[in-house]
Amino acid sequence: MTLFGYILRRLIGTIPVMLVVAVFIFLMLRLTPSDPAAIIAGDNANAEQVAKIRQQLGLDQPMLTQFFIWFGKVLTGDFGESFFFKKTVAALIAERIEPTLSLSLFTIVLAVLIAVPLGVLAAHRQGTWVDRLVMGFAVLGFSVPAFVIGYIFIYVFAIWLNWLPVQGYQRISEGLGGWALRLVLPALTLSVIYVALIARMTRTSVLEVLSEDYVRTARAKGQVERKVMFRHALRNAAVPIVTVIGLGVALLIGGVVVTESLYTIPGLGRLTVDAVLARDYPTIQAVILLFSFVYVMINLAVDLIYTLLDPRIRY
Amino acid sequence: MKPFKHALLAAAGLAGLTLATPALSQTTLRAVMHSDLKILDPIWTTAYIVRNHGYMIYDTLFAQDEKGEIKLQMLEKYDVSADKKVYTFTLRDGLMWHDGQPVTAEDCVASIKRWASRDALGQKMNSFVESMTAKDAKTFTINLKEPTGLVLLGLGKPSSNVPFMMPKRVAETDPNKQIEDFTGSGPFVFKKDEWKPGDKTVYVKFDKYKPRSEPASGLSGGKVAKVDRVEWRAISDQQQAVNALTKGEIDFIEQPSHDLLGGLKKDANVQIIESPQLKGQYTFRPNHLQKPFDNPKVRQALWYAFNQEDFLMANIGDAAYIKECKAMFVCDTPFATTKGMDGLLTSNVKKAQELLKEAGYDGTPIVLMHSTDLKILTNLAPVAKSLMEKAGFKVDMQSMDWQTLVARRTKKDPANAGGWHAFLTAWVAADVMNPVSRAYLNSACEKSLFGWPCDAQMEKLRDDFAREPDPAKQKAIAEAVQVRAIELTPEIPLGEYLQPVAMRKSVKGFLIAPVPVFWNMEVAK
Repeated sequence: MTLFGYILRRLIGTIPVMLVVAVFIFLMLRLTPSDPAAIIAGDNANAEQVAKIRQQLGLDQPMLTQFFIWFGKVLTGDFGESFFFKKTVAALIAERIEPTLSLSLFTIVLAVLIAVPLGVLAAHRQGTWVDRLVMGFAVLGFSVPAFVIGYIFIYVFAIWLNWLPVQGYQRISEGLGGWALRLVLPALTLSVIYVALIARMTRTSVLEVLSEDYVRTARAKGQVERKVMFRHALRNAAVPIVTVIGLGVALLIGGVVVTESLYTIPGLGRLTVDAVLARDYPTIQAVILLFSFVYVMINLAVDLIYTLLDPRIRY
Repeated sequence: MKPFKHALLAAAGLAGLTLATPALSQTTLRAVMHSDLKILDPIWTTAYIVRNHGYMIYDTLFAQDEKGEIKLQMLEKYDVSADKKVYTFTLRDGLMWHDGQPVTAEDCVASIKRWASRDALGQKMNSFVESMTAKDAKTFTINLKEPTGLVLLGLGKPSSNVPFMMPKRVAETDPNKQIEDFTGSGPFVFKKDEWKPGDKTVYVKFDKYKPRSEPASGLSGGKVAKVDRVEWRAISDQQQAVNALTKGEIDFIEQPSHDLLGGLKKDANVQIIESPQLKGQYTFRPNHLQKPFDNPKVRQALWYAFNQEDFLMANIGDAAYIKECKAMFVCDTPFATTKGMDGLLTSNVKKAQELLKEAGYDGTPIVLMHSTDLKILTNLAPVAKSLMEKAGFKVDMQSMDWQTLVARRTKKDPANAGGWHAFLTAWVAADVMNPVSRAYLNSACEKSLFGWPCDAQMEKLRDDFAREPDPAKQKAIAEAVQVRAIELTPEIPLGEYLQPVAMRKSVKGFLIAPVPVFWNMEVAK
């Protein structure tokens, strides 16, 4: 099978996945004991007012009818209008995508830049205090929730040292400096768990290849240790590391929800939380579909990167 | 660490060039409100954040001053005929919409009609109205079928739904649909192009607003916008809002959590302002349709089981911000009375047990809905459960987020099949200061709010109150309403708490009013 054929097959394979996600998220929302109309109407509204709003939103129709109306529109690329924001969901997502992409990219770059050298270092110094320190940090990074890390960082870097802003986001178009400055703390917070994950996987993979014959040969030929580690060991250990990074990018979707809420970043994560709290069905449905699609695409991208890293892999 | 610090400081310097306010000469007040603004029609929804938005961009015919008295606002004067059936209103000169058009009597008539078709007090007032007519550009009349005190009470209503004036073309929008034109005549203009729900809401000063000559007092008097721009920042995390205030990234927090006030008080750059009008009242709402709360005697046992202090301390936790107050219509207000309250709300367990025994309570578990995500309400249900169990009730407390509770409380199903017996909530004091606006007293059976109390006597008393134009006689009726409410138990008031605001010391001119408003406020540059 050609690479193109493989990609096409994988893309076609996303259709049933997305269909299942669509049905699942639609049912989950409708079966949850909540009523967007009652929320919109406010505390002093009477039953008649709530019923009228429910009618306007189409929530008084049978569930199956609601599903086919929504799904029919989705097939034409229309995700509907938010119950609350009086904007199309597509416009809302377009508005929110920049902060989320910025935060995600910043986080992944930061995580890879920190984690891979740390993992290699831990493998190289296996059994020493350096190894134990890195692995200790990895355990801590896995164990402490992002919001706790966030509060600690905010206290240290924003309040105590007064180096960084406490919250907020600035669009790139309003200035690169402000954009970067406001992303440092959220990205640091979010990257901790990925640094832990990637460093741990890098250490394990590098340790495995360090015992291979070609590493011994490279050393026997008199290669300096740095070249042995980065040219021979790390490259051959790359496949599982890339897998973990890919997994990390997918997991970021969950991470941005917490981090964006904590740092008041108006991205997709914050939109998801606001939409869930307000039971804004069209927005929740669209965002979950989008996240699912991104997840599937990341998996595909990771599979394709394998072929670049290891020419023996063919699809 | 040093290179890292230098890099950060360099970035900070670079960012400083771009993080500035929109224009250097502008003064901007950055506020964190209790909620994010998502809906923009203050007549279509009763949500408080939309009411606050309304006060920014719209004006009102009447307004409450600092003492709670209703004063003229957009009006030059009003006259009442000798038979008290014709009200004639005259607008002030120079009132203008944000699009530059003059405010006319026709605009006001259309606005009152839309408000009166949505708001509970407005609907009641409307039942007395024979006609509303614009006589000329500045004058309009309301002709009544019979005299009522509701005209001024309604048009001067300070909280949701507030009768805000809108241009006729906007006010003629179907009351069941949201408006899409946000032209007001208030001291600030809504910047729709800068409105980003989940991020910020922006208002700019309306240069052509003509304030009254009197000094600002409460919601009345001269509404002078002293800042060029107000930004409502959507920071949902309370701790982060406090951090941002401490660092000077924002200037004002509308409702700082009570447990964070201690830290804020220690900050030399922050001031906490306690307004006697910014207060709330806790309340317990039983469902009259469900056994055993269909039995008045069982409901009365609750008056003896509860005490206010436990609820207040469990939720607010600071004696400085709470007040035990048995006056249903809020302490220190015109209709406040403690009539009928002797011996009640004292956790007289023995008396509560006696009443339950007399009522033949069979141990049916009370499904008590517990809201877990709104901090101001979180500890109410556990306290109620504990006190009810001491009195002999069996309680099934079910935890859920507030929005689930809001949806579930509309259900009339049996409590063990998705329905409910009781829940607890809080009112803003401005909403419950008289028998008509206090929504839970509505006892019109099917037409009343969730809980569905049904009592002809209570409805007659509320109608009498609505018909009575004499404030002294209204007070007597309000007392009778309270006494009847104790017998009927549509709800139980569980004490009052103050909700202070927090702001940087550079902010001046905050007004003592039942709703936080932003005119008269200034920020030192």
